[in-house]
Amino acid sequence: MKGGEVASGDAIHRGDPVIVDRYKVDARINHWLTAGSFVLLALSGLALFHPSLYFLTGLFGGGSWTRAIHPWLGTFLFIGYLGLFIRFWKYNLWTPTDGTWLAKLHVFLRGHEEDMPEVGRYNFAQKCVFWSMTAFILVMIGTGLVIWEQYFAAYTTVDQKRLAVLVHSMCAIVMICIVIVHVYGALWARGTLTAMLKGRVTGGWAWRHHRKWLRELATGKSDQTPRGTPAE
Amino acid sequence: MFPPLPNPTTQPVPPKFGDKDLLRRSATSITPPEKRQTEVAKLIDVSKCIGCKACQTACLEWNDLREEVGVNTGVYENPHDLTPASWTLMRYAEYENPQTGNLEWLIRKDGCMHCEDPGCLKACPAPGAIVQYSNGIVDFQKENCIGCGYCVKGCPFNIPRISKVDNKAYKCSLCSDRVAVGQGPACQKACPTQAIVFGTKDEMKKWADKRIADLKSRGFANAGLYDPPGVKGTHVMYVLHHADKPQLYSGLPNNPAISPIVELWKGMTRYAGFAAIGAFAAISVLHRVVAGRSVVSADDERNAKMLADKNMMKEKTP
Repeated sequence: MKGGEVASGDAIHRGDPVIVDRYKVDARINHWLTAGSFVLLALSGLALFHPSLYFLTGLFGGGSWTRAIHPWLGTFLFIGYLGLFIRFWKYNLWTPTDGTWLAKLHVFLRGHEEDMPEVGRYNFAQKCVFWSMTAFILVMIGTGLVIWEQYFAAYTTVDQKRLAVLVHSMCAIVMICIVIVHVYGALWARGTLTAMLKGRVTGGWAWRHHRKWLRELATGKSDQTPRGTPAE
Repeated sequence: MFPPLPNPTTQPVPPKFGDKDLLRRSATSITPPEKRQTEVAKLIDVSKCIGCKACQTACLEWNDLREEVGVNTGVYENPHDLTPASWTLMRYAEYENPQTGNLEWLIRKDGCMHCEDPGCLKACPAPGAIVQYSNGIVDFQKENCIGCGYCVKGCPFNIPRISKVDNKAYKCSLCSDRVAVGQGPACQKACPTQAIVFGTKDEMKKWADKRIADLKSRGFANAGLYDPPGVKGTHVMYVLHHADKPQLYSGLPNNPAISPIVELWKGMTRYAGFAAIGAFAAISVLHRVVAGRSVVSADDERNAKMLADKNMMKEKTP
């Protein structure tokens, strides 16, 4: 039985440097499809948010196409995120370490992660991104259905639609801000992108950022992956 | 009787207004024309309306619209609501006047009010899909409409309807094509009792004053003009016998204005939104400059290797 921080497919491979598998290929595809739909949603949404960005409708084949395609992209993202949620919710549950971690947030922001409490598969900030995106996507799909004129116009009053479109646009802005933090975090911590691109990170990366996860991986039987261990 | 508009000439007439007379254009900042055209208005005298629906028919005919055959549910409204094909609709309300004990049949011709401050235009995200001419007519430009339904949310009178056929928004155009060549709207032309009259806004207000004086002399003390200031006045106005209670007339809003939710959505949210996105991007750049990157050190790699090796050893020894 693997530890609570270890996801299926996570594995450690001895060598120099140590290589740690972090995301399986299906998790990565799931992530990038969701990420891609988010980018398209942001572009098509912003196009209708402010006239100065209306030119973005050109990317989608004009205004009518943008209007028609945006809710379908949203549906796609909702399903995509559902997949990510099912995969990762367990490792994003609150642990006591998160409190001590948050108390030393200023240390983390200065880049002195060696002085931070050891964290599992995700740190407090990552968990915040996970849960806030979960909440906002629920709000977005809810309000989005209310203002999906083509199919759902008849089910709500004009007042409800007004409120929905306001909440939809405000939450969209907050989500874009969260994604900026998400992307920046991945770029800031060097060696993070390979986790989502190639599925693996170095042992040093895991030691530095997710030591508890690495320890559980190392002490567990997770080195006996179907891939086999490196030759001894 | 209001002097009827003369019949048109059979010769082609150049349009009296066009794109150079735009006061507002949706999702576009334009410079309004130096000189504003004389404001026009349609005056609907509810007290003279007999509910014949000639206006509805004339509207369908002039604008080449076909309404689907509906279902009779025991009410006079036909169709039951405004639709993409029915830009105007007679609404019938029965009101038992507590003062007189009389049953009053309040018939109101519903449709676009052509607000001076149009909420539909404010909400519209598509450049040029809604325009306001300097004579006050608010018109939808079908070719620019994307069918998002924002105009529905912007309108304080619940007028625009989105077609299920072509996903475009439709509403009364005040027969802008007729007005452009000096004609009145089709509904006005068809009205047999002059409950609908058309002219300049000043003329209409003067005419309304006469009608209101007449109504007051007949005992309607609260008769008055409906030209709501919340939308800076409208270019379709009503003479009401109970101007103090517009709600009586099938829910005509007492004090219509663009919803504060719409104002917030189209105002502060935009500025605050862009500011927030910009701030998050700027903070990221700033953090990168101040804190540098978080780099994995050789020590980290060594520690990881030791941890991995130690545990491998443990496992090998039984």
